[in-house]
Amino acid sequence: MLTGGRQPHAARLPARAPLVRTLLVRALLAFGLVAFAATGCVRADSEDDRPVPAVPGGAYSVALTEPDHLTPGRTTSSYALQVLQGVFDTPLALDPRDGHPVPLAATSLTTTDQRVWTLKFRAGALFHNGEPVTAAAFAAAWDAAAYGPSGWDANSYFTQIAGYDQLNPPEGQLPTTRHLSGLDVLDDTTLRVTLKAPFSQFPMLLSFPAFAPLPQAAFTDPDGYDLHPVGNGPFQLDGAWRHNQRIDLKRAASYTGPRPPMADAVHFRIFTSKDTAFTELQAGHVDFVTSVPAARAYEAKRTFGRHYAVRPSGTMDYLGLPIWDPRYAKPELRRAISMAIDRPGITRAIYNEVFTPADSLVGATIPGHRAGACGETCEYRPAEAKRLFQQAGGFTGTLALYFANSDPSYLQWMTAVANELRQNLGIRDIVLRTMAAADLGPILNHHQATGPYRQNWVADYPSEQDYLAGLLGPGTRSGWSDPAFNALLAQGDAAPTPEQSTASYHQAEDLALRELPLIPLWNWQDQTAWSGRVGNVQLDPYAAGLHLEEITVRH
Amino acid sequence: MGRYLLRRLLYTVPVLLATTFLIHTLVFVLPGDPIQGLAGDRPVPASVLAELRHRYHLDQPLFVQYAEYLRGLLHGDLGRTFTGEPVAEALAGRWQVTARLGLTAWVLEASLGTALGVWAGLRRGRWADRLVLGGTTLVIAVPVYILGYLAQLVFGVRLGWFPVSGTEAGWPTAYLLPGLVLASFGAGYVARLTRTSLLEHLRADYVRTASAKGLPRHRVVVRHALRNSLLPVVTFLGVELGSLLAGAVVTEYIFNLPGIGQQVFQSIQLREGPTVVGVTTVLVLVFCLTNLAVDVLYGLLDPRIRHD
Repeated sequence: MLTGGRQPHAARLPARAPLVRTLLVRALLAFGLVAFAATGCVRADSEDDRPVPAVPGGAYSVALTEPDHLTPGRTTSSYALQVLQGVFDTPLALDPRDGHPVPLAATSLTTTDQRVWTLKFRAGALFHNGEPVTAAAFAAAWDAAAYGPSGWDANSYFTQIAGYDQLNPPEGQLPTTRHLSGLDVLDDTTLRVTLKAPFSQFPMLLSFPAFAPLPQAAFTDPDGYDLHPVGNGPFQLDGAWRHNQRIDLKRAASYTGPRPPMADAVHFRIFTSKDTAFTELQAGHVDFVTSVPAARAYEAKRTFGRHYAVRPSGTMDYLGLPIWDPRYAKPELRRAISMAIDRPGITRAIYNEVFTPADSLVGATIPGHRAGACGETCEYRPAEAKRLFQQAGGFTGTLALYFANSDPSYLQWMTAVANELRQNLGIRDIVLRTMAAADLGPILNHHQATGPYRQNWVADYPSEQDYLAGLLGPGTRSGWSDPAFNALLAQGDAAPTPEQSTASYHQAEDLALRELPLIPLWNWQDQTAWSGRVGNVQLDPYAAGLHLEEITVRH
Repeated sequence: MGRYLLRRLLYTVPVLLATTFLIHTLVFVLPGDPIQGLAGDRPVPASVLAELRHRYHLDQPLFVQYAEYLRGLLHGDLGRTFTGEPVAEALAGRWQVTARLGLTAWVLEASLGTALGVWAGLRRGRWADRLVLGGTTLVIAVPVYILGYLAQLVFGVRLGWFPVSGTEAGWPTAYLLPGLVLASFGAGYVARLTRTSLLEHLRADYVRTASAKGLPRHRVVVRHALRNSLLPVVTFLGVELGSLLAGAVVTEYIFNLPGIGQQVFQSIQLREGPTVVGVTTVLVLVFCLTNLAVDVLYGLLDPRIRHD
C-alpha cells in the first residue's frame, strides 16, 4: 500500500490530500488487477506441444451449450447433434472432406428412378442395451418423427416420404394411421423407401440424425429415454443427461460398426456463456471449445496457434425482402440495396473476419457452390447502386429493418446496413425493428413485415437443393413463387446423376439471383480451439461437427 | 407476536394469487408465438404446431389457462417446460444452486460489509478509513461482469485457487468466487452504511453517557453504538437476501451456475409461461418471508418497536 498512511493526525489533514491519495490507491488497484489478469491469459498446458500419440484410451471433455432433446427425431439443435454424432450411427454419413454420402449403419443404398430406394443394413448390429438394430427399428423411428401429433422437431425432414401427408393432415383433423405408407420392411436388414416424387438428394438426407434407429425403450418411456438415449453408435451414455451441467459418454462395448472410438470416454460440460467456456479452456479444464466467440478471435489465434481452427459452416445470413410490399417489387431496387452493402467491411468490423462475405445463395462449403455466382450484385458498388436505385424510381416512406434480439451482433450489423442505405441510396427514413424471436417469427411467417428482415439458414445436408428449396421453394416464408424456379428444382431432384442435378440447381440459383428476393450477406464460420492433450482433430462443416470417435488423448 | 406472525403469513396468500394472475396475464398478452420462436427461421408444419399449442394450453383463452394452472398447482404440478421437463423438477435443481450462491453471497456481504464498516468507522479519517472508502467506491463502480471475468482470470486461470466456473466442486469451493463477486456491490454498500451510521451514533448523547459511566470501550461500541446503528443495515440486508435468492442473472451466467436467474432469463426469452409463473410464485414467497424476518428482527434490535 501507499506509504505515509499512518500519520497520527490524518483526520486533520486538509481535505485534498486524502482525496488525491484515495484516487491514487484506486487507480493503482484497478491497474494492478487488470495488468495481473491480462498477463494471466496463458494457456495452462502450453508447455506440452508434442504430438499426441495415436493410441486408444483416455478421456477428454468438450464444452457444449444445453441441447433441447437427445432423442434424434426430437431435435435439430446443433448442440444436440454434436452429442448424437457419437451415440448414433445414421444410415449414411457425410465424408468430412467433400460431403459425399458414405455408408455407416447401412451397407448399401440403391435406386433406379430416384424415387424408390432400397436400404440394406449391417447384419448383427446391436443397440447399447443389446437389442438388435433391425430395419424395423429404423422404420419405427421415422414413423414417430413424421407423425404430426408427436410434436417432434425434425418432423419436416420426412416431408419427401410417401404417406407423410396422411400423418400430418390439415389443422383440426387427426391422422388415421401412425405409419408412413412409403416405408416397407422387407426383412430384418432391408428397408424399401418410396418417396412422393423423385429426389436425388435423398442419400444426403439419410445422414441427418433424425434418420437414426430407435430401440423399443424410446417408445415405452419417451421422457426417460430423452435423458438417457440408447443408441447404436460408438459411444453410449454413462449415466443420464444432467440438465445444464453435463452429459457423459463412454465407449460402447456392444459396438461393432465401422468407426470404433479411440478415446474411452467423452465428457460434455454444458455452459451458458461461451466466454466462460473459453476461459475454462485457457485454464486447462476443458479440451474443446467448438464455438469460440467471434470477439475473441485474435486472442484465440494467438494463445492456441496450432490448436485452433476456423471451420467454415454451412450457415448463412441473408437480408430477406418483403416482396409482398409493392415498393420492393422491382429487381433493380433489390439489387441496389444489395450493392449498397459493404459486406467485407461489416464482417471485418463486427465479426473479426470470422464470417466471410457471401458470393452465392448457397454456403461456400457446399459441393457445387460456385464462387462469385452472385457476381457484382453481391459486391460493394455504391455508385452503381445509386444509379439502379434511381432507375427503379427510388423509395418512398419508411424503410423498416426487422431482426431478432437473440444476439447483440445483429443490432450492430443492421445499424451498419441502415447507415449504408442512408449514405449510398439516400433513403432518409430508416428504422430498426428489433424484437424477441418469438415475436418476429409470426410477423415474418404471415408476411406482415414492411421492410427487409434478417433471414438465417442452417444447412441440414450439404446440397444446394437444401438452400434453394428451404429458402425459396413453394410455401416458404420468402413469399416468392416462381414456376420456372420450381420446375428447375424438380428437374434437379429427378435427375439420374449428381452432375445433372447440379446443373439444374445452378440454373435455379441463377434465376433467383437475377430476381433477388433474398440478398446473400455472409457465411458463418466456427472457431474451434483445443488443448494440447488431444490429437487427430477432425472437424467437418456439416451436422456431425467434431468427429468424437477419431480423437486421441494423451494419457 | 404469534398472532402477528400468523396475520402476516395469511397476507401472503392473496399476494401470491394476485402476482401469479398478474404474471400469467402479462405472459399471455405478450405478442408473438413461443412455439414458432423455438423453431428459429424454419417454418413448423401445421400439424406439429397444433399439437404443441395444445400440449402447452396455448390454444386456450386466458382464464382457462389460469384455471388449468391453479388446478395443477393444487395437485403440486407446476406444468412443463418447452423441453418437456417438469417445472417443479427443473426449479428444485436450480433452486439449490441459487440458494447456495445467494446465502454464500449474503453471509459474505453481511460479515465483510459490517466488519469493514466498523473498522473504518472507528478509524475515521485514518488510512484504514480511506482504504475502505476507496475500495468500496471501486467495487460499487465496476460492473459485475467485469469483476466476474477479472476474478475468473486472476483466481481461476492464473492462480488456480478456485474453479473457474460450474458447480462440480460443490459447496463451498465452487460458490466462493461467484459469491464474492455477487456480494461485492452489496458489501461495499453495507460497509458505507455501517460506517456512516456508526459515526452518527458514536457522537450521540447516550454513547457519551455510557463512556462517562466508565464502561469499557468495546462494550460502549458493541452494545450501545453498534446495536442501534445496525437498524438501517438490517433493512438493507433483508431486502438483499430476497433479491440474492431471486437469482443473479449475470453472475450465474458468467460462472455457469444453473440457477434461478438463468432460468428466468431464458424462460422470458422463450415465452415459457408455466416456468415464468412458477419461478415468480416461489420468488414472491421468498420475498414475503424475508421481509417478515426483517420486521421481526427490528423488534429484537430496537425494543421500541413492538409487534402486537
